[in-house]
Amino acid sequence: MSSDWVEAMDPFALKTLNAERRARRAAILVTDIGDGRDRVVKEGDAVAGDLGIAIVKAFRTGLSGAVDAEGRQFFLNVHLPQPRLVVIGAVHISQALAPMAKIAGFPLEIIDPRTAFASDDRFPDVTLHAEWPEDVLKHCPLDRYAALAAVTHDPKIDDFALKAALDAECFYVGALGSRKTHAKRVERLLGMGATPDQIERINAPIGLDIGAANPAEIAVAVLAQVIAAFRSRGLGAKAKSEAA
Amino acid sequence: MPSKFLDEARDPLIIAEGWMKDGKDVAIATVVETWGSAPRPVGSHLVIDAEGTFHGSVSGGCVEGAVISEALDVIESGKPKMLEFGVADETAWQVGLSCGGRIRVYVERLG
Repeated sequence: MSSDWVEAMDPFALKTLNAERRARRAAILVTDIGDGRDRVVKEGDAVAGDLGIAIVKAFRTGLSGAVDAEGRQFFLNVHLPQPRLVVIGAVHISQALAPMAKIAGFPLEIIDPRTAFASDDRFPDVTLHAEWPEDVLKHCPLDRYAALAAVTHDPKIDDFALKAALDAECFYVGALGSRKTHAKRVERLLGMGATPDQIERINAPIGLDIGAANPAEIAVAVLAQVIAAFRSRGLGAKAKSEAA
Repeated sequence: MPSKFLDEARDPLIIAEGWMKDGKDVAIATVVETWGSAPRPVGSHLVIDAEGTFHGSVSGGCVEGAVISEALDVIESGKPKMLEFGVADETAWQVGLSCGGRIRVYVERLG
Protein backbone atom coordinates (compact mmCIF):
# COMPACT_ATOMS: atom_id res chain seq x y z
CA MET A 1 0.00 0.00 0.00
CA SER A 2 0.95 3.63 -0.22
CA SER A 3 2.94 3.68 3.00
CA ASP A 4 5.33 1.16 1.46
CA TRP A 5 5.99 3.43 -1.48
CA VAL A 6 7.88 6.42 -0.26
CA GLU A 7 9.53 7.97 -3.29
CA ALA A 8 8.48 9.55 -6.54
CA MET A 9 9.47 8.19 -9.91
CA ASP A 10 13.11 8.94 -10.62
CA PRO A 11 13.37 11.31 -13.64
CA PHE A 12 16.74 9.84 -14.57
CA ALA A 13 15.25 6.35 -14.67
CA LEU A 14 12.43 7.61 -16.91
CA LYS A 15 14.93 9.23 -19.30
CA THR A 16 17.05 6.08 -19.41
CA LEU A 17 13.99 3.92 -20.00
CA ASN A 18 12.70 6.15 -22.80
CA ALA A 19 16.14 6.19 -24.46
CA GLU A 20 16.07 2.38 -24.60
CA ARG A 21 12.52 2.35 -25.92
CA ARG A 22 13.37 4.93 -28.59
CA ALA A 23 16.29 2.76 -29.71
CA ARG A 24 13.99 -0.27 -29.96
CA ARG A 25 15.70 -2.16 -27.16
CA ALA A 26 13.92 -4.13 -24.46
CA ALA A 27 14.17 -2.73 -20.91
CA ILE A 28 12.53 -3.24 -17.53
CA LEU A 29 11.85 -0.56 -14.96
CA VAL A 30 12.51 -2.33 -11.66
CA THR A 31 10.97 -0.62 -8.63
CA ASP A 32 11.80 -1.79 -5.12
CA ILE A 33 8.41 -1.68 -3.44
CA GLY A 34 10.10 -1.38 -0.04
CA ASP A 35 11.85 1.91 -0.66
CA GLY A 36 10.37 3.02 -4.00
CA ARG A 37 13.76 3.12 -5.68
CA ASP A 38 13.72 2.76 -9.48
CA ARG A 39 16.32 1.29 -11.74
CA VAL A 40 16.38 0.40 -15.41
CA VAL A 41 17.62 -3.05 -16.40
CA LYS A 42 18.50 -3.47 -20.08
CA GLU A 43 18.16 -6.79 -21.84
CA GLY A 44 21.42 -8.66 -21.36
CA ASP A 45 22.41 -6.83 -18.16
CA ALA A 46 23.54 -9.30 -15.51
CA VAL A 47 21.36 -9.26 -12.39
CA ALA A 48 22.21 -11.74 -9.63
CA GLY A 49 19.98 -14.11 -7.69
CA ASP A 50 16.23 -14.70 -7.78
CA LEU A 51 15.59 -11.18 -9.03
CA GLY A 52 17.87 -11.89 -11.98
CA ILE A 53 15.95 -15.08 -12.78
CA ALA A 54 12.64 -13.21 -12.61
CA ILE A 55 14.05 -10.50 -14.88
CA VAL A 56 15.21 -12.99 -17.51
CA LYS A 57 11.74 -14.57 -17.44
CA ALA A 58 10.04 -11.18 -17.71
CA PHE A 59 12.11 -10.29 -20.79
CA ARG A 60 10.96 -13.53 -22.39
CA THR A 61 7.27 -13.27 -21.57
CA GLY A 62 6.90 -9.51 -21.73
CA LEU A 63 4.65 -9.68 -18.66
CA SER A 64 4.84 -6.96 -16.01
CA GLY A 65 4.09 -7.70 -12.37
CA ALA A 66 5.25 -7.97 -8.79
CA VAL A 67 8.08 -10.33 -7.84
CA ASP A 68 9.33 -11.50 -4.45
CA ALA A 69 13.09 -11.92 -4.29
CA GLU A 70 15.79 -11.67 -1.64
CA GLY A 71 13.15 -10.96 1.01
CA ARG A 72 11.95 -7.87 -0.83
CA GLN A 73 9.18 -7.15 -3.25
CA PHE A 74 9.82 -5.59 -6.65
CA PHE A 75 7.54 -4.34 -9.39
CA LEU A 76 8.84 -5.13 -12.87
CA ASN A 77 7.41 -3.02 -15.67
CA VAL A 78 8.51 -4.70 -18.87
CA HIS A 79 8.91 -2.65 -22.04
CA LEU A 80 9.43 -4.77 -25.14
CA PRO A 81 9.71 -3.14 -28.55
CA GLN A 82 6.59 -3.37 -30.68
CA PRO A 83 6.79 -6.37 -32.98
CA ARG A 84 7.08 -5.38 -36.64
CA LEU A 85 6.63 -7.32 -39.81
CA VAL A 86 9.09 -7.05 -42.69
CA VAL A 87 7.87 -8.50 -45.97
CA ILE A 88 10.28 -9.26 -48.80
CA GLY A 89 8.26 -8.97 -51.98
CA ALA A 90 5.68 -6.42 -53.14
CA VAL A 91 3.47 -9.17 -54.53
CA HIS A 92 -0.24 -9.95 -54.55
CA ILE A 93 -0.07 -11.66 -51.10
CA SER A 94 1.60 -8.55 -49.65
CA GLN A 95 -1.19 -6.34 -50.98
CA ALA A 96 -3.63 -8.33 -48.85
CA LEU A 97 -1.25 -8.71 -45.92
CA ALA A 98 -0.51 -4.98 -45.57
CA PRO A 99 -3.99 -3.84 -44.44
CA MET A 100 -4.50 -6.99 -42.34
CA ALA A 101 -1.23 -6.50 -40.45
CA LYS A 102 -2.13 -2.88 -39.81
CA ILE A 103 -5.47 -3.88 -38.27
CA ALA A 104 -3.77 -6.56 -36.16
CA GLY A 105 -1.31 -3.97 -34.81
CA PHE A 106 1.87 -5.05 -36.54
CA PRO A 107 3.65 -2.18 -38.28
CA LEU A 108 4.55 -3.57 -41.70
CA GLU A 109 7.12 -2.64 -44.29
CA ILE A 110 7.72 -4.10 -47.70
CA ILE A 111 11.05 -4.44 -49.45
CA ASP A 112 11.29 -5.24 -53.16
CA PRO A 113 13.88 -3.86 -55.57
CA ARG A 114 11.55 -4.42 -58.54
CA THR A 115 10.05 -0.98 -59.00
CA ALA A 116 7.19 -2.33 -61.12
CA PHE A 117 6.05 -4.31 -58.08
CA ALA A 118 7.00 -1.84 -55.34
CA SER A 119 4.90 1.09 -56.51
CA ASP A 120 2.87 3.48 -54.37
CA ASP A 121 0.01 2.87 -56.73
CA ARG A 122 -0.14 -0.80 -55.75
CA PHE A 123 0.60 -0.10 -52.08
CA PRO A 124 -1.04 3.09 -50.86
CA ASP A 125 -0.27 3.98 -47.21
CA VAL A 126 2.39 1.27 -46.84
CA THR A 127 6.04 1.74 -45.93
CA LEU A 128 7.64 0.63 -49.15
CA HIS A 129 11.33 0.26 -50.01
CA ALA A 130 11.96 -0.18 -53.75
CA GLU A 131 15.51 -1.29 -52.99
CA TRP A 132 17.48 -4.47 -52.38
CA PRO A 133 17.08 -6.02 -48.92
CA GLU A 134 20.89 -5.76 -48.52
CA ASP A 135 20.64 -1.98 -48.69
CA VAL A 136 17.49 -1.49 -46.61
CA LEU A 137 18.51 -3.84 -43.80
CA LYS A 138 21.88 -2.11 -43.51
CA HIS A 139 20.11 1.07 -42.35
CA CYS A 140 17.26 -0.58 -40.49
CA PRO A 141 18.54 -3.91 -39.17
CA LEU A 142 16.30 -6.78 -38.16
CA ASP A 143 16.11 -7.78 -34.51
CA ARG A 144 14.43 -10.28 -32.19
CA TYR A 145 11.24 -8.23 -32.27
CA ALA A 146 10.94 -8.38 -36.05
CA ALA A 147 9.15 -10.99 -38.14
CA LEU A 148 10.32 -11.62 -41.69
CA ALA A 149 8.20 -13.12 -44.45
CA ALA A 150 9.96 -13.74 -47.77
CA VAL A 151 7.41 -14.07 -50.54
CA THR A 152 9.11 -13.12 -53.83
CA HIS A 153 9.94 -16.67 -54.96
CA ASP A 154 13.19 -15.16 -56.24
CA PRO A 155 16.35 -16.41 -54.47
CA LYS A 156 18.25 -13.29 -55.54
CA ILE A 157 15.89 -11.19 -53.43
CA ASP A 158 14.78 -13.59 -50.67
CA ASP A 159 17.94 -15.45 -49.67
CA PHE A 160 19.97 -12.60 -48.21
CA ALA A 161 16.99 -11.40 -46.15
CA LEU A 162 16.26 -14.90 -44.85
CA LYS A 163 19.85 -15.39 -43.72
CA ALA A 164 19.82 -11.92 -42.10
CA ALA A 165 16.57 -12.76 -40.27
CA LEU A 166 18.00 -16.02 -38.93
CA ASP A 167 21.18 -14.28 -37.77
CA ALA A 168 19.17 -11.50 -36.09
CA GLU A 169 17.05 -14.14 -34.31
CA CYS A 170 13.80 -12.68 -35.65
CA PHE A 171 10.88 -14.14 -33.68
CA TYR A 172 9.38 -15.33 -36.95
CA VAL A 173 10.95 -16.31 -40.26
CA GLY A 174 8.74 -17.56 -43.07
CA ALA A 175 9.42 -18.33 -46.72
CA LEU A 176 6.97 -18.89 -49.55
CA GLY A 177 7.43 -21.89 -51.78
CA SER A 178 6.67 -25.57 -52.15
CA ARG A 179 8.61 -28.21 -50.24
CA LYS A 180 10.71 -28.79 -53.36
CA THR A 181 11.48 -25.08 -53.66
CA HIS A 182 12.31 -24.98 -49.98
CA ALA A 183 14.67 -27.97 -50.22
CA LYS A 184 16.71 -26.08 -52.81
CA ARG A 185 16.60 -22.97 -50.65
CA VAL A 186 17.90 -24.93 -47.66
CA GLU A 187 20.91 -26.03 -49.73
CA ARG A 188 21.65 -22.43 -50.69
CA LEU A 189 21.25 -21.15 -47.10
CA LEU A 190 23.54 -23.88 -45.76
CA GLY A 191 26.03 -22.77 -48.42
CA MET A 192 25.74 -19.21 -47.04
CA GLY A 193 26.71 -20.50 -43.60
CA ALA A 194 23.30 -21.05 -41.96
CA THR A 195 23.27 -23.80 -39.32
CA PRO A 196 20.79 -26.70 -39.33
CA ASP A 197 19.21 -25.23 -36.15
CA GLN A 198 18.65 -21.96 -37.96
CA ILE A 199 17.12 -23.76 -40.97
CA GLU A 200 14.69 -25.47 -38.57
CA ARG A 201 13.35 -22.05 -37.59
CA ILE A 202 12.10 -21.24 -41.10
CA ASN A 203 8.36 -21.67 -41.57
CA ALA A 204 8.11 -23.22 -45.03
CA PRO A 205 5.77 -23.67 -46.76
CA ILE A 206 4.72 -20.33 -45.25
CA GLY A 207 1.56 -19.82 -43.19
CA LEU A 208 -0.66 -21.90 -40.95
CA ASP A 209 -2.24 -24.82 -42.76
CA ILE A 210 -5.77 -23.52 -43.27
CA GLY A 211 -6.07 -24.67 -46.86
CA ALA A 212 -5.49 -21.14 -48.14
CA ALA A 213 -6.38 -21.04 -51.83
CA ASN A 214 -5.67 -17.49 -52.97
CA PRO A 215 -3.38 -14.57 -52.09
CA ALA A 216 -5.70 -13.05 -49.47
CA GLU A 217 -6.18 -16.37 -47.73
CA ILE A 218 -2.42 -16.99 -47.74
CA ALA A 219 -2.05 -13.55 -46.14
CA VAL A 220 -4.43 -14.63 -43.36
CA ALA A 221 -2.41 -17.83 -42.87
CA VAL A 222 0.86 -15.86 -42.68
CA LEU A 223 -0.48 -13.26 -40.27
CA ALA A 224 -1.94 -15.96 -38.01
CA GLN A 225 1.42 -17.74 -37.98
CA VAL A 226 3.23 -14.50 -37.09
CA ILE A 227 0.81 -13.87 -34.21
CA ALA A 228 1.19 -17.46 -32.99
CA ALA A 229 4.98 -17.13 -33.07
CA PHE A 230 4.91 -13.87 -31.14
CA ARG A 231 2.43 -15.02 -28.52
CA SER A 232 4.23 -18.30 -27.89
CA ARG A 233 7.53 -16.58 -27.06
CA GLY A 234 8.45 -17.91 -23.60
CA LEU A 235 5.10 -19.66 -23.21
CA GLY A 236 6.70 -22.30 -20.96
CA ALA A 237 7.89 -19.63 -18.57
CA LYS A 238 4.48 -17.99 -18.54
CA ALA A 239 2.68 -21.23 -17.72
CA LYS A 240 5.16 -21.88 -14.93
CA SER A 241 4.71 -18.46 -13.36
CA GLU A 242 0.93 -18.84 -13.43
CA ALA A 243 1.13 -22.25 -11.82
CA ALA A 244 3.39 -20.96 -9.04
CA MET B 1 15.68 12.97 -32.38
CA PRO B 2 12.21 11.47 -32.63
CA SER B 3 12.17 7.70 -32.81
CA LYS B 4 10.75 5.97 -35.86
CA PHE B 5 9.78 3.06 -33.62
CA LEU B 6 7.51 4.83 -31.13
CA ASP B 7 4.33 6.79 -31.63
CA GLU B 8 5.79 9.70 -29.67
CA ALA B 9 2.63 11.80 -29.87
CA ARG B 10 0.63 9.15 -28.00
CA ASP B 11 3.24 7.40 -25.84
CA PRO B 12 2.53 8.27 -22.18
CA LEU B 13 6.10 7.91 -20.88
CA ILE B 14 7.57 9.93 -23.75
CA ILE B 15 4.93 12.61 -23.14
CA ALA B 16 5.74 12.63 -19.40
CA GLU B 17 9.43 13.13 -20.17
CA GLY B 18 8.54 16.00 -22.51
CA TRP B 19 6.33 17.64 -19.88
CA MET B 20 9.15 17.34 -17.34
CA LYS B 21 11.54 19.05 -19.80
CA ASP B 22 9.01 21.85 -20.16
CA GLY B 23 9.11 22.33 -16.39
CA LYS B 24 5.64 20.93 -15.74
CA ASP B 25 4.63 18.96 -12.65
CA VAL B 26 3.72 15.44 -13.65
CA ALA B 27 2.12 12.37 -12.06
CA ILE B 28 2.44 8.86 -13.46
CA ALA B 29 -0.27 6.25 -12.78
CA THR B 30 0.59 2.59 -13.33
CA VAL B 31 -1.64 -0.50 -13.28
CA VAL B 32 0.25 -2.72 -10.81
CA GLU B 33 -2.24 -5.53 -10.30
CA THR B 34 -5.36 -6.87 -11.99
CA TRP B 35 -7.94 -9.51 -11.09
CA GLY B 36 -10.49 -10.99 -13.44
CA SER B 37 -11.10 -9.32 -16.77
CA ALA B 38 -9.29 -6.01 -16.59
CA PRO B 39 -9.32 -3.77 -19.65
CA ARG B 40 -5.64 -2.77 -19.53
CA PRO B 41 -2.77 -5.06 -18.54
CA VAL B 42 -0.40 -4.65 -15.61
CA GLY B 43 2.20 -2.03 -16.51
CA SER B 44 -0.17 0.29 -18.41
CA HIS B 45 0.28 4.01 -17.79
CA LEU B 46 -1.79 7.14 -17.52
CA VAL B 47 0.21 10.36 -17.22
CA ILE B 48 -1.26 13.58 -15.86
CA ASP B 49 0.02 17.15 -15.59
CA ALA B 50 -0.96 19.74 -12.99
CA GLU B 51 -3.64 21.17 -15.31
CA GLY B 52 -5.31 17.77 -15.56
CA THR B 53 -4.14 17.10 -19.12
CA PHE B 54 -3.70 13.36 -19.54
CA HIS B 55 -2.46 10.72 -21.97
CA GLY B 56 -2.60 6.92 -21.96
CA SER B 57 -5.05 4.77 -20.00
CA VAL B 58 -5.36 2.46 -17.01
CA SER B 59 -8.83 1.17 -17.92
CA GLY B 60 -11.23 1.43 -20.80
CA GLY B 61 -12.08 4.94 -19.68
CA CYS B 62 -14.13 3.83 -16.65
CA VAL B 63 -11.88 5.08 -13.86
CA GLU B 64 -9.59 7.60 -15.55
CA GLY B 65 -11.56 10.53 -14.13
CA ALA B 66 -11.00 9.35 -10.56
CA VAL B 67 -7.32 8.62 -11.19
CA ILE B 68 -6.81 12.11 -12.62
CA SER B 69 -8.32 13.84 -9.59
CA GLU B 70 -6.20 11.68 -7.26
CA ALA B 71 -3.16 12.48 -9.42
CA LEU B 72 -3.68 16.19 -8.89
CA ASP B 73 -3.47 15.53 -5.13
CA VAL B 74 -0.32 13.50 -5.60
CA ILE B 75 1.30 16.29 -7.63
CA GLU B 76 0.37 18.76 -4.89
CA SER B 77 1.51 16.66 -1.92
CA GLY B 78 4.30 14.62 -3.49
CA LYS B 79 2.93 11.58 -1.68
CA PRO B 80 2.19 8.52 -3.80
CA LYS B 81 -1.17 6.72 -3.60
CA MET B 82 -2.34 3.20 -4.23
CA LEU B 83 -5.87 3.13 -5.64
CA GLU B 84 -8.10 0.15 -6.07
CA PHE B 85 -11.12 -0.07 -8.35
CA GLY B 86 -13.65 -2.85 -8.69
CA VAL B 87 -17.14 -3.41 -9.89
CA ALA B 88 -19.60 -1.01 -8.30
CA ASP B 89 -17.24 -0.63 -5.38
CA GLU B 90 -19.32 2.13 -3.82
CA THR B 91 -17.68 2.09 -0.41
CA ALA B 92 -14.22 2.99 -1.64
CA TRP B 93 -14.83 4.76 -4.94
CA GLN B 94 -17.83 6.06 -6.77
CA VAL B 95 -16.58 4.67 -10.03
CA GLY B 96 -16.27 1.06 -11.09
CA LEU B 97 -15.25 -1.18 -13.93
CA SER B 98 -18.14 -2.37 -16.03
CA CYS B 99 -16.17 -5.37 -17.25
CA GLY B 100 -16.28 -7.16 -13.90
CA GLY B 101 -12.60 -6.94 -13.06
CA ARG B 102 -10.63 -5.25 -10.34
CA ILE B 103 -7.46 -3.20 -10.74
CA ARG B 104 -4.91 -1.60 -8.48
CA VAL B 105 -3.32 1.61 -9.72
CA TYR B 106 -0.24 3.24 -8.23
CA VAL B 107 0.02 7.01 -8.65
CA GLU B 108 3.34 8.75 -8.06
CA ARG B 109 4.85 12.10 -8.82
CA LEU B 110 7.66 12.30 -11.34
CA GLY B 111 10.72 13.72 -9.56
